[in-house]
Amino acid sequence: MKNPKIQINNLSVFFNYVQALNRITLDLPENRVTVLIGPSGCGKTSLLRTLNRMNELIQGFLYKGEVFIDGINIYDKSIDLVKLRNTVGMVFQKSNLFPKTIFDNVAFAPRLQGIKDEKKINEIVETVCTKAAIWNEIKDKLQTEALNLSAGQQQRLCIARALAAEPKILLMDEPATALDPISTAKIEELILELKSNYTIVFVTHNMQQAARISDYTTFLYMGQLIEFGKTTKMFTNPVNKQTEDYITGRFG
Amino acid sequence: MEFFKSIYSWYRVLKDYRRISVTNDLAINFIRIMSIVTITLLLAIVGFIAVNGMQVLSWDFIFSPPKNNFTEGGIGPAIFGTISVVLLMIFFAVPLGVFAAIYINEYIFDKWYSRIITVSIHTLAGVPSIVIGLFGFGFFVLFLGRNLDELLNTGLLFGKPAMLWASITLGILVLPLIIFTTIEALKSVPEDHRNAALGLGATKWEMISKVVLPQARPGILTGIILSISKAVSETAPVLFLGCAFFLPELPVTNLNFGAFVIPMINPSEQFMYLSYHIFALATQSTNPTVTLPLQYGTALVLILTIVLLNIFAILFRYKFTKTFEKVRGY
Repeated sequence: MKNPKIQINNLSVFFNYVQALNRITLDLPENRVTVLIGPSGCGKTSLLRTLNRMNELIQGFLYKGEVFIDGINIYDKSIDLVKLRNTVGMVFQKSNLFPKTIFDNVAFAPRLQGIKDEKKINEIVETVCTKAAIWNEIKDKLQTEALNLSAGQQQRLCIARALAAEPKILLMDEPATALDPISTAKIEELILELKSNYTIVFVTHNMQQAARISDYTTFLYMGQLIEFGKTTKMFTNPVNKQTEDYITGRFG
Repeated sequence: MEFFKSIYSWYRVLKDYRRISVTNDLAINFIRIMSIVTITLLLAIVGFIAVNGMQVLSWDFIFSPPKNNFTEGGIGPAIFGTISVVLLMIFFAVPLGVFAAIYINEYIFDKWYSRIITVSIHTLAGVPSIVIGLFGFGFFVLFLGRNLDELLNTGLLFGKPAMLWASITLGILVLPLIIFTTIEALKSVPEDHRNAALGLGATKWEMISKVVLPQARPGILTGIILSISKAVSETAPVLFLGCAFFLPELPVTNLNFGAFVIPMINPSEQFMYLSYHIFALATQSTNPTVTLPLQYGTALVLILTIVLLNIFAILFRYKFTKTFEKVRGY
């Protein structure tokens, strides 16, 4: 692959001496949606969280190997974690809006980055909310409590909030699992729109969803990378027997 | 034979039923009686004090100083002294307690020595208040104060029992309470929110100050209010530290700023204290029977203060839990 956005090189991850990932080597392309699939506990989330170094918050985390983003090793000592997490945004499974107003939630990252000019913050909020396809729903109630929104709106607001930090890469850890079909459809639409500007890494348990939204698919099993390839190929003609079994629902 | 069998089985059923219902009823009634006894005791004490204290309670009683060898007048200076000491105590104890709690819960929660620190604070909470009072006298007045006076050549400014040392000592007494309530408040902030903040590029301190502390604030305030009510009801720690039997003047110094004269609480002065005032009225006056109504009045004021503070604490806790019900989505 030419000029991959993220290069994972021989990465192993341990939690309290239990191996979660086993020598993963993987290149993820720029401005594409890559989906991580695999049964529960196979290391999808662990892999995702190594990309913005959120695993370090967990006690007993050890890693071996390298992760490059734009050719820079993000586990290098000179890496500024704040900058890294601004470049690599994350959306979690459960929406985790702060108990603040809608506006303050979206403006959280710009304010952290030291933008004082309220006009500019207003602009950013409008831009990212439009990008996250939620602006029309919330523009009249920006100063109301964010937790009064519906679950689907909350999750899209989380995406808007992550976009406000101006990331290049978006990590999404099952963002649509807890949502109803309509909200899920909205999020999927949103992802398809966002992929022209962002590199998206997406975890899901839903095979149909993976097939619908992704360009590349990664199948992980027991901490090992089983297969990586174009989604169209993986879902029609997988190389590996295990992949075929998992995708067709015969195990996992 | 069948007949006897069926009778026996009925007997078993009835016996089981009786066993369950009798012990259950016994337990429920026992618990009921115990609760009634407890509540009756509380109501009896409070009611007795309230009925007797109401007779002297008036605005004049609350604001005026004791007169005529304690047989008349009010408790104004004692209330003033209590409020000043508690205010100073908050000033010392709250920053110390809150930041200690942040350190324990956010920075060293997974280190081996965090448990040692927690156990030490638990031990501090168990130290009798009289011991803390004696420690305050020995350490602050005799050691720190005297040496400061010698060092700064201030005569006898620090090396005497005073409001400053009393409030710091009370601060030590309530420190465990503040630390533990703050830790509880911090713990109840969902891990999701910390992850969200860090994921958005916040540093650890930004995460604490912008996300964790605002959510924990009502819980921390509850702890502060509870610690105030604890401090108000304590007598022993202030006993050696400048708590006066009677003072003709309030511990106030006028500060001159050009034309303005601002009266300020003077922490180097002695003071009167509500809880100690009851003790003084009951044991130190020349005729305790004459001062009896005043004792009831003082006790009533003290109890009302503590009840009010606790009501505030409950309200804050209610608001706190309400916020989190929303956050957790149920």
